[in-house]
Amino acid sequence: MGELEMEKHVLYILSVEKKKDDFESVVMEHLRINGAYWGLTTLDLLGKLGTVDSDEVVSWILKCQHDSGGFGGNIGHDPHILYTLSAVQILALLNNLDVLDVDKLTNYISGLQNEDGSFSGDVWGEVDTRFSYIAICCLSILHRLDRINVEKAVNYIVSCKNLDGGFGCTPGGESHAGQIFCCVGALAITGSLHHVDKDLLGWWLCERQVKSGGLNGRPEKLPDVCYSWWVLSSLIMIDRVHWIDKEKLVRFILDCQDKENGGISDRPDDAVDVFHTYFGVAGLSLLEYPGLKAIDPAYALPVDIINRIFFGR
Amino acid sequence: MGGVVKRKCTEDLANLRSQKMQQLLLQKLLNYAPSKLNSSIITITNCIYTKESLEICSKLLEINPEAYTAWNYRKLAVEHYLQSETDPDSIKTILSEELRLVESALRRNFKSYGAWHHRKWVLSKGDLSLDHEFRLLDQFQKADSRNFNAWNYRRFVAAMKKVPDEEELKFTTDMINSNFSNYSAWHNRSILLSHLLGKRVQGSFPREEVLTEEYELVHQALFTDPDDQSGWFYHLWLLDQTVKPDAPVLVSSWPVQGSDVIASFNGNLNGCASSPFTNFHSDTGEFPLILYFNQVVEGVNSATVTVESIFDKNGDLVWRPLSTNYSRNAQAWVTYLKFPDIKDHSLKSYSVEVSLAHCQGIISSSGSHYIHPCQFAFTVSLQPLDLEYTERGPGVEMVVWTDDYFYTNETLLQDLSPTILSFHQQRIKEDHDATASMWPSKTIANEIALFRELLSEIDCKIGKLTLARLLMAHDTIMSYNKTPSAYNKVHSEEVLELLSDLMKLDPSHSRYYKDEHSLVLMQKVTSNRELLLKHCWHYRESTSSNIHVSICLRLNNLSLSRIGSIEILLSVQMLDLSHNELRSIEGLEAMQLLSCLNLSNNKLHSFTALEPLRLLKSLKVLDISYNEMGAHSIDTRRYLCSSPLSHTVGSDWNVDDCKTDGINMTNYWEAVLIFRGLNLTQLDIVGNAVTDEKFKLLLVKILPTLKWLDGDDVH
Ligand SMILES: [Zn+2]
Repeated sequence: MGELEMEKHVLYILSVEKKKDDFESVVMEHLRINGAYWGLTTLDLLGKLGTVDSDEVVSWILKCQHDSGGFGGNIGHDPHILYTLSAVQILALLNNLDVLDVDKLTNYISGLQNEDGSFSGDVWGEVDTRFSYIAICCLSILHRLDRINVEKAVNYIVSCKNLDGGFGCTPGGESHAGQIFCCVGALAITGSLHHVDKDLLGWWLCERQVKSGGLNGRPEKLPDVCYSWWVLSSLIMIDRVHWIDKEKLVRFILDCQDKENGGISDRPDDAVDVFHTYFGVAGLSLLEYPGLKAIDPAYALPVDIINRIFFGR
Repeated sequence: MGGVVKRKCTEDLANLRSQKMQQLLLQKLLNYAPSKLNSSIITITNCIYTKESLEICSKLLEINPEAYTAWNYRKLAVEHYLQSETDPDSIKTILSEELRLVESALRRNFKSYGAWHHRKWVLSKGDLSLDHEFRLLDQFQKADSRNFNAWNYRRFVAAMKKVPDEEELKFTTDMINSNFSNYSAWHNRSILLSHLLGKRVQGSFPREEVLTEEYELVHQALFTDPDDQSGWFYHLWLLDQTVKPDAPVLVSSWPVQGSDVIASFNGNLNGCASSPFTNFHSDTGEFPLILYFNQVVEGVNSATVTVESIFDKNGDLVWRPLSTNYSRNAQAWVTYLKFPDIKDHSLKSYSVEVSLAHCQGIISSSGSHYIHPCQFAFTVSLQPLDLEYTERGPGVEMVVWTDDYFYTNETLLQDLSPTILSFHQQRIKEDHDATASMWPSKTIANEIALFRELLSEIDCKIGKLTLARLLMAHDTIMSYNKTPSAYNKVHSEEVLELLSDLMKLDPSHSRYYKDEHSLVLMQKVTSNRELLLKHCWHYRESTSSNIHVSICLRLNNLSLSRIGSIEILLSVQMLDLSHNELRSIEGLEAMQLLSCLNLSNNKLHSFTALEPLRLLKSLKVLDISYNEMGAHSIDTRRYLCSSPLSHTVGSDWNVDDCKTDGINMTNYWEAVLIFRGLNLTQLDIVGNAVTDEKFKLLLVKILPTLKWLDGDDVH
């Protein structure tokens, strides 16, 4: 049922940026920096990052940073590790990491590590393995992983492993594809994937594919385009992605496009948004859809950028 | 497509007015709390709290519970008021107001992490009634029995109130009985139960009885609706609990008990009528001693394993885990014994004794200690040095893998191969314990009968898959209890058939079943000596020099997508896996004797898939022609390979020494990482997407020992 409407998705992303008053931008106001990451990464995967004024983006991002080193979701919002990752990812995307005061940022992140190795999201102490991933991902991109206790961080993540092979937010928490991505990603970046039972987790993950071809995030739940990213990237990191039917999944994602105005929704015929547009395009990139740049499954940034950071001079 | 109803959109448009108001509220609120959290130390001095601002804040959160800055503002306000408040009733009033706000925010958005966390935070501030929390949870969990935030909160409150696990277990029973399709409840049950089983290991929580009851419960779910996944993973977990021995067991080794190894270094083996499976040639003057366990273990070292020989002092031996990620644990471990400096030309034989004591050092990943003390011995004959031999040794002549270079000679093979299988006979004795419980085998037999019955009624995938797993589990349990001659996997044929059925029944996951099929096929092929010998061929060399690598295990053309049963193949030095469908060679790193390997015509996607080869110090000849190297934009082995990306190779990773003109090294980091450090003399790489001339130049540069590349002499 048709192909990826690349140009329309580019126009859609660019238009969202301009409409500041509509529903989506109001609800997203507190996480605009996440929205910017989703939009810009999508543009890059579609080969159109050049249409963005990167100086403008960079100066806005720096206005979201607090004296503590952390970033808020928008100007005037409190700092939180969730938005700090998006800021770092966007700067990496724009090849502008050198505007950062790396030590300040590193202090903010390492200051959020708890005694048991876990990470809090901000000073208010909510603990979640999502924050472990974020801390590890950020510091790795900045070449500062040595500033936290990696061994403890890994042990904490392993303590959240379940009997189905998946991972939860905290010890005892139920497995969920988004959470699994975070934990597997953090273990991948720290060279600790041997803690994952790849066959068991791979079976659980590949059984997320439902009859329509789409993927759900937990057993007996509805499929949703965003899980194309969470499930696929996890399956790729543990080399079990061939256990799903890739063609069926491609068709499911393409069926969720708004073929007229661009954008991708969670399920066919729902309203589109930037979040699902990003996850749809990123999912297709992981499925090696022709014409898209390849995305790295652990760092969630284009492969060429990650290779430049780790292998470039 | 203009007429498509955008369901969400219309619903949301109706909310837009309140959303606009929300933005206005937020702006107002931000005026009260300008950038409050300026450092990681909370400073509340520059915050202003008024009745109005707190009301705005409440309104905002009731409309949008995701507005995290507003929750932070409330927390600051609470701390501010509590500072000057000592009256317990007033404190309670302040905190109760917060709980009320959270409750109404949750009614708006049940999944708001910020709201749930605020609730936890409030509970930590004062002595509040937890009974109310359980009442609230009952309400919420009735409305959405799968909400994982609610389940997390339940575990949090239960721990806070010190509710006994048994009581919470009862809650999951009730939830499951009211609806089998509740994965969240099954999950919580597995958490509580493993906690209870762990705690009461020798107490009043009889493991076998408990597990039997759990089987009964999960049967009800599976048999009521076999397509509902809720019980699938629970059943697999129970099966695992039933079959897996807790303590690690040594399953095989090289050399094996009682064998006579002939080891030479740059020496000639002329005149030695011994098995090619026990001859070992070394360039480095050492030979491997490999231990293979039934599960991943750590703590193998000279304190936990004693090796008595004339070669090295035990304390000098360094044991290395054979794992590709440089972790401290692995299923296979190796140490290298150094040959003594021999000057005289007489064939000497030395005995080596290896013992794994009953000690606490070797530990499985689940924390179980090695408890099966075991001892084995073999002899090593050292072959005198013969310089002439180096002119004709392995890797001196080009290896050709075509059929006409191989022939069979069964009588010769029969004579030669008493030690072809690396089974550890010792294990059989140790585990054959008459007092061992019959419960696992009884349980599995019972399960097999039940699932056969289910399948006689309906053709369902989980029924077939479970039956296949049960039959394999049955074979595994039987193999623990029998002698090696009865090691046959009696159910292999049936399991292979079930998996073939599944490929057709559930085509979306066909390659999952295909991978399982390959593993079972390898188990079958290696399950006894006779079957394995069918795959052993003599390699004919054009010169007649007696070379050790003259027997080749040919597992080609078997349509294998994955390899397994490596523990049985530790003695193999020449292996042909060509014309299969391999995407990965995980496990091959344990085959420390391997010197010639054919992987041509497979489905290897990237050089990173060759990571196990980096641990094979004897590898000389490698054929990876006609694979899919460089043909894929997404590399599925990228994070299973040591590299700077995963911080398993230092960030000081330096490629300057192999920089080649016209090649961007960033694009070839995988090849550099893998091949640098190999001592190949022969490499075939033709038929892959990456093989241009520049790349070949790079290969010659990183492989200084290379003599032939794609059949051409590189010099
Ligand atoms: Zn979604």
